[in-house]
Amino acid sequence: MSTTLLQLVSELASGAIRVIDLTQTLSPDFPQIALPPEMGQCWPFRIEEISHYDERGPAWYWNNFSCGEHTGTHFDAPAHWVSGRDLPNNTTDTIPVGDLIGPACVIDCSAQAAADADYLLDVATIERWEAVHGRIPPRAWLLMRTDWSKRTDPVAYQNYDETGQHTPGPNAEAVRFLIDERQVIGFGSESIGTDAGQAHYQRPPYPCHYYMHGSGRYGLQCLSNLDLLPPTGAVLICPPLKIRKGSGSPLRVLALVGA
Amino acid sequence: MTSPLTRPRRKNPVLRTRLPNLPPGGRSRVALGLTAAAALGRFELQCCRDCGKVQYPPSEACQVCLSERLQWREQSGAGELLAVTELAHSNDLFFRERLPWRLGMVRLDCAVTVVAHLHGDCAAAGARVRVEAVLDRSGQGVLIAMPDKETAHMADDPQLREFTCDPKYRKVLVTDGRTAVGQAIVHSLIRAGADLIWVGQSEPWKQFPGIEALRTLPQVSLVPLDLSDSEAVSELCAEIGGRVDIVINNAELHRPFGIAARAGIEAARAEMDINYFGLLRLAQGLGPALRARGADGQSSAVAWVNLLSIYALSNYPPHGTFSASKAAALSLAQCLRAEMRPAGVRVINVFPGPIDDEWNQTVLPPKVSAAALATAITRALQQGIEDVFPGDVAQEWLARWRDNPKALERELAG
Ligand SMILES: [Zn+2]
Repeated sequence: MSTTLLQLVSELASGAIRVIDLTQTLSPDFPQIALPPEMGQCWPFRIEEISHYDERGPAWYWNNFSCGEHTGTHFDAPAHWVSGRDLPNNTTDTIPVGDLIGPACVIDCSAQAAADADYLLDVATIERWEAVHGRIPPRAWLLMRTDWSKRTDPVAYQNYDETGQHTPGPNAEAVRFLIDERQVIGFGSESIGTDAGQAHYQRPPYPCHYYMHGSGRYGLQCLSNLDLLPPTGAVLICPPLKIRKGSGSPLRVLALVGA
Repeated sequence: MTSPLTRPRRKNPVLRTRLPNLPPGGRSRVALGLTAAAALGRFELQCCRDCGKVQYPPSEACQVCLSERLQWREQSGAGELLAVTELAHSNDLFFRERLPWRLGMVRLDCAVTVVAHLHGDCAAAGARVRVEAVLDRSGQGVLIAMPDKETAHMADDPQLREFTCDPKYRKVLVTDGRTAVGQAIVHSLIRAGADLIWVGQSEPWKQFPGIEALRTLPQVSLVPLDLSDSEAVSELCAEIGGRVDIVINNAELHRPFGIAARAGIEAARAEMDINYFGLLRLAQGLGPALRARGADGQSSAVAWVNLLSIYALSNYPPHGTFSASKAAALSLAQCLRAEMRPAGVRVINVFPGPIDDEWNQTVLPPKVSAAALATAITRALQQGIEDVFPGDVAQEWLARWRDNPKALERELAG
């Protein structure tokens, strides 16, 4: 065993390295993405009891659950978007597993998101962050902290009005910058999409999905506890379920944080 | 004169809740003709095709000419009350608990004499009355003589109320308040004097017009309810099950596709999940509580209404998967009816033609308006009708279906 790994497990055991859960609980109460009703819909999380120490199974308790690939805290593979449809290794079963553990940079946009639900992260804000915390290293996750996960009321979390959803996200230039200039491995958000709620009206529509997946990068959404992460130095562990030709999957996202 | 119904006092919680007893439910197959008509709110008697004689009680052959060519035909019910008798004693458990009970002998204008239950406002012998066929708590057709002219508080007659499911002073669950139909049902129930209306709201973050306005109505309590979520259904049923007197399951999902017009099964599965499994979830959650309260005083548990569709009877191919889900729901509703019967809780199935909503936008009129549908539901409760076909399309399809279901199937195939 390498001394690095030995040191890792010993620091995990001692608590010198903490493990932080960035995952929302899968439950029917957590809202799912909603498309116009004539379109196909992602299933919300649902659970049906098989038995509960009863006549259906006297000594055991278990459930069947159902959900979509994009329900709850979930991973977006490049094949999720039309721009990534023809890339190699673009689905949950074929993406390189080495991509699923990597460093995370956390940009705190919570103040901006509190002031403006439609807030769009721009390049200037990223550069200001870099001036303080250093350049985003290649192959890092860029996590946009908005504290949106603290909106435990689904109405506030979804934040719909008659013009649709109002949640923060990145603008198109910021996405291109992160891909072209910083080679990020993916983009993570606390709201229900990596794109803003009104991203349908951006150019291109849904720029984070369009460019990230078109460049073979990944998405994480419905993250929580980003406020517990340092701006740099955390390591993300985020393997999706190995669904054949999967476009994504619900997953447990963990962050390792040093002392 | 009928005394107007008053809001029931709160019940004494130390006394045992009475268990439901039912009136005698056995009928010969031929006598079920009366039940079949009463289920639709019609009074029909057998009529001989050979000699024209109208007869009662129903039998296999004409009482006059012995012809077997008998046909059930709608009757006006007009007649004269010949004699009145008051039952002071009965060994039948149902009537024993409801004594005294008035019966009358009525000579119908069609020259048939019948024995009927008697509305309290029917005056002494000699009065003109109107005989109606109604369903009793056993779900069997019986006759009741009503005063021939409207009287004050007529619906509040205690004997009549044994046959109806009047929402007055009752507590109702309407499972979906997001639609125009759901909101119209709520308003109709309020006009009918319902005491408390729980209104289900799924996906509360979606801004549906009108639902927030319900919140301002003093009778209304918005509750989270998504029929696709077993946990949420059980939770709500546990919370309010002991108080619900009437369930109106109007939640439905409708996507206008046949088989070829939509790839995959997701839209069809979503329809089944609400229209069929939703009913099953709700019935498992609320059925036991309603059954336990079938005789719980003036505001007992009394009815369960399912919003089905005329497409449940015969598939309408342009809306083929929706039709299939409603056919499944109809079948399950028949099971529910059988399971609720021992408690005397009536299951009312409503089969509207196309509703005037966004999912029937491209369907030509006539379409059933939300208000007309709501009125039909309330009236069915007030009159105790079991199968309701609101709107011209539903009425016409019903007639065609009763006449020849195969012909209707072929006609709908285009
Ligand atoms: Zn005859």
